[in-house]
Amino acid sequence: MHPTEIIDRDSLREDVPDFRPGDTVKVHVRVVEGSRERVQVFQGVVIRRQGVGVRETFTVRKVSFGVGVERTFPVHSPTIAKMEVATFGDVRRAKLYYLRDLSGKAAKIKEKRSVRP
Amino acid sequence: MATKAIVGEKVGMTQVWDDQHRAIPVTVLRVAPVRVVQVKTTESDGYSALQVTYGFRRVSTLTKPELGHFEKAGVDPGRRLVELRIDDTGDYEVGQELTAEAWNPGERVDAIAVSKGKGFAGGMKRHNFKGQGASHGTHKAHRVPGSIGACATPSRVFKGTRMAGRMGGHQVTALNLEVVSADPEREIVLIKGAVPGPRGAMVILRNSVKAPSKAAGAR
Repeated sequence: MHPTEIIDRDSLREDVPDFRPGDTVKVHVRVVEGSRERVQVFQGVVIRRQGVGVRETFTVRKVSFGVGVERTFPVHSPTIAKMEVATFGDVRRAKLYYLRDLSGKAAKIKEKRSVRP
Repeated sequence: MATKAIVGEKVGMTQVWDDQHRAIPVTVLRVAPVRVVQVKTTESDGYSALQVTYGFRRVSTLTKPELGHFEKAGVDPGRRLVELRIDDTGDYEVGQELTAEAWNPGERVDAIAVSKGKGFAGGMKRHNFKGQGASHGTHKAHRVPGSIGACATPSRVFKGTRMAGRMGGHQVTALNLEVVSADPEREIVLIKGAVPGPRGAMVILRNSVKAPSKAAGAR
């Protein structure tokens, strides 16, 4: 047990779905505009997941109007209103940086048909 | 001087979310109740301070003078005796317990501890010297300090010239840190940012004695 776990426990979310690099996720992000708060959906492929505990982060990549956009979120961040896994991806590595050099059909990730236990 | 102080143990660093969902780096301090063993006043001792103890210790490990000192105060013997310099000790009495309850979020505090020992360190690490180039003909002199003075006049090195030597392991005071939260139930105080010393080090917390600098106040 990490010595600061007694504090970290309060910062952890319990509603984090099981997701891995290669999965397509919908991240519902809280956006504050002035005094108003609304929820924006960021959908894309998880290309990396790193760190442990409260410090764990993941990066989602999507191609928006022909431009690659990557956003990194802390897994336990309170800015995430909700998170859904749209599809499970079939990939063979933990960091999918090679997707940055691919486009179109080549950048498509095979879907894993068998359901993860 | 400070108006209140307490002793804690550094647990480590982590992060918490603030109300705007930002990650705040914090140092976790375990602040178990400390017991006042002796109240020092200007009249009787020449300065005002609280002598306190924390934790517990078997009586058999104490010397007789130490035991007598604790027994006189009627306080359970603790791991060690620590003196907390405080302006006015009038409100305190022997046997009183100080807890994390006295600290509030947003308050400015100073943290005093013995820094991590770095051993014999060179000028680059110890005094932030620049060193020399990695290339352009630099030969076996990448981390040397360079000149330490002139030649025949004064034909000596001035005292206090910054050179390599022992680094760390001395008392450091970090000024004007912010209390993020204090939880007397779990005996924990969270301080924003880093606090000197290794994990497990004894840290003295006191409310800050200096006004924050203008740069810090602008935040």
